[in-house]
Amino acid sequence: MAQKVAITGNEAVALAMKQINPDVVAAYPITPQTEIVQIFSTYVSNGLVDTEFVTVESEHSAMSASVGAAAAGARAMTATSANGLALMWEVVYIAASNRLPIVMPVVNRALSGPINIHCDHSDAMGARDSGWIQLWSENTQEAYDNMIQAVRIAEHPQVQLPVMVCLDGFIISHAMENAEVLPDEVVREFIGEYVPQKTLLDKEHPVTAGPLAFTDSYFEFKRAQAEAMLQAKPHILEVAREFAKISGRQYGLFEAYKLEDAEIGIVVLGSTAGTAKNVVDKLRAQGVKAGLLKLRVFRPFPAEELAAALGHLKALAVMDRADSFNAFSGPLYAETAAAMYDSGAQTKMVNYIYGLGGRDVGLDDIEKVYGHLARIAESGKVDQRLNYLGVRE
Amino acid sequence: MATLRELAKEDLFLSSGHRMCAGCVAPVVVRMMSMAARGRNVVVGNATGCLEVATTIYPYTAWKCSWIHNAFENAAATISGVEAAYKALKRKGKVEDDYKFIAFGGDGGTYDIGLQSLSGAMERGHDIVYVCYDNGAYMNTGIQRSGATPKFADTTTSPAGKVVPGKTQWRKDLTAIMVAHNIPYAAQVAPSHWRDFVTKAEKAIDVDGPAFINALAPCPRGWRYDTADGIEMCRLAVDTCIWPLYEVENGVWKLTYKPKEKRPVADFLKAQGRFRHLTDDMIQEFQEQVDRDWEALLKRCGEA
Repeated sequence: MAQKVAITGNEAVALAMKQINPDVVAAYPITPQTEIVQIFSTYVSNGLVDTEFVTVESEHSAMSASVGAAAAGARAMTATSANGLALMWEVVYIAASNRLPIVMPVVNRALSGPINIHCDHSDAMGARDSGWIQLWSENTQEAYDNMIQAVRIAEHPQVQLPVMVCLDGFIISHAMENAEVLPDEVVREFIGEYVPQKTLLDKEHPVTAGPLAFTDSYFEFKRAQAEAMLQAKPHILEVAREFAKISGRQYGLFEAYKLEDAEIGIVVLGSTAGTAKNVVDKLRAQGVKAGLLKLRVFRPFPAEELAAALGHLKALAVMDRADSFNAFSGPLYAETAAAMYDSGAQTKMVNYIYGLGGRDVGLDDIEKVYGHLARIAESGKVDQRLNYLGVRE
Repeated sequence: MATLRELAKEDLFLSSGHRMCAGCVAPVVVRMMSMAARGRNVVVGNATGCLEVATTIYPYTAWKCSWIHNAFENAAATISGVEAAYKALKRKGKVEDDYKFIAFGGDGGTYDIGLQSLSGAMERGHDIVYVCYDNGAYMNTGIQRSGATPKFADTTTSPAGKVVPGKTQWRKDLTAIMVAHNIPYAAQVAPSHWRDFVTKAEKAIDVDGPAFINALAPCPRGWRYDTADGIEMCRLAVDTCIWPLYEVENGVWKLTYKPKEKRPVADFLKAQGRFRHLTDDMIQEFQEQVDRDWEALLKRCGEA
C-alpha cells in the first residue's frame, strides 16, 4: 500500500534512491543537494542499501566515477546543484555520449557569480545541450515520482541516455509537503533488474569504451545520440503509463492546466507552476480565460506537442528562471518560440525572466504577467518581448 | 621469475600494431604491467594522452582486455568507479570472476591536471593500481612543460631562449606525494630494469588497496634521442640517480637498485636534444640537485 507522508523534496529523492538501491552512488556535498547525500549515507551506514558509496573529492570525480561504474554495468547515480553541475560539465557530456543510463537529481540553484545558494534554473539550463534527458518537478511528489521513472527511461534499450531529475532548491528540496510514497517492493518490481547491454566486467567480451573518434566516425556517434533523443518521447510516455498503474498518478510531457479554452497563458518550469495555478484559479473566478502549461520533459523538447497545446492562445508568456545573456531571451522562450513559429501559430509571445538567485515569486508577480498578457491579447501587439519580473531596475 | 623472453610470450593486454611512435617507451611500460598481471582479468583505465589516442582510433583497438577512457584529468576517479561497480556487483553475485584494475596516465594527466582525482582515489582506498608513464612533458599536444619536466629542459612552452634557459623550475616529486597518502604500495620503476619493474608491478597489483607506480617512459620526440635508444635513456636516468628505483611498502622506504658507480648527470643530459643548450654551470647546478635528492633518498631508505 502506498503511504502518505510529510516529507521534504530532498528526503523524497533520498527515499527513492534507497528504494532503487543503486549499485554505485558517487557524490559530493553542495547546498542545497547535500541532504540527499547525507540521508543516503545513513542508509549505507545502517545496511539499508547494497550500494557501493563513493565519497569523491569533487563533482568532477562524482560524474567520472559514475561513468566508470555505469560502463562496468552498475546502476549508477550521483546528485548535485549549481556549481557542482558546472564542475561536472565536461563529463556530463561524456556520460551522454557513452550512452550510460546514469540518473542524477539536480537540486536547482543559481550558478555563481555572485555566489548564491538559492533557486534558479541556470545550472540545469547550462546543461541543456549535454545530451541528458531532463525531467522537471513541481513539488516533492513529482520529484519522487520522476526519480523512479527516470531509472526506467534511462535504461530503456531504445533510449540508453542519462537522466537529470530537476527540483527547485529549497522551495522543493527543503520544504515539507504531503506526498504519497510507494512500498519498496513495488518500486523494486517497477524498475526491475538492470541488465546492461555491455559491460567492462565481461572477460569473454572485452570492450574498448571511450575510444578516439575522428572525422570519419565522430559525426555518426553524435547522430546516433541525437536519434536516441529523437526517439525518447514515446518511451518516456510508455514509462509514465506504467507508472500510473502502480501509483495512480498520470504524467505526460507536460501538464496543461485550464489551457483548453484559455486565451492567455504561461509556460513555466518547476515549483512556480504551483503559484501560477493559484493565480489561474483566481483569474478564472473573475472570468478571465487564463491557463498555464507546466513543462515536465524539457529534454527531449516536445516542440510539436507544445505548439499544439499553446497555438490557440492569443497571448503567451514564457517564464525563464535563467537568463541566456544573449540580448534576446531566456532559453525556454527561445525554444518555445521556435516551436510556435514552426507550427504557424499566430500567438503573441513575451518572455519573462524571473526568480534569479531565489528571488521570491509571489501571486502578485504572476498576476502582473497575466495582466500584461491580457493587454497584448486585446491590442494584438507585443510592446516588449523581453521582461524582467520582480527585479529593481 | 620467468625470463623476459618467456614473459614477452604471455598473452599481453596491449597488442602489437598500436600506433605509438617508434622509440616511445610508454607501450613498453604497459606491456611490462601486462606481464606482471599475467593470468589475471584486468580492466584498464586510461587518461587522455598519447597512449589513449594512439591505441584506440575507432574502429580499431589495441586493447585485448576491457578498457575505458573518460577524459584527461579523471582516469583515477573513473577507474575507482569501475572498481566500486565491481565490488557492488560481486557482492550481489552478478559478477563471479576476479578482476584487477589498472589506470594509466601520462605525467600531464597525473602530476598536473589529474592530481586531485588521483589523490581522492588513493585516499579513498580503492583496490586499484595507478601507473604514471612519465615522459616529462605534455607530449601528446606537442611537448609542453609539465610539473614533471626537468629543470632546464627545452619544451614548446619553456623554450630555451636568449633570456630564459628552458624550464626554470625543478620537478615535482609525485612519488613522495603518493607515499604521503599512506597507501600500502608505491614505487618508481624504469623499463631498463625489467625484473625490478615486473616484481614491483606484481606487488602493486596484488596488494590489497591502492598502489601507485611511477614509470619512466622516455619520448624520442620530446627528449630528442635516436628512436633505438629509449631503454638506454632509462638506464642513463637510473645510473645517474636522476630516476632512482625504489619502493615504499606500508611506509617503509627501500632502495631496490643502487648503481655500482654513480654516473655524472651530464651523461644523461648530453644524450638528449632538449638539454643541448645547457652550459657547464647549468649542468653543475643540475648535478648538485640530483646529489642532494639522492642523499635524501638514501637516508629515507636507511642506506646512509
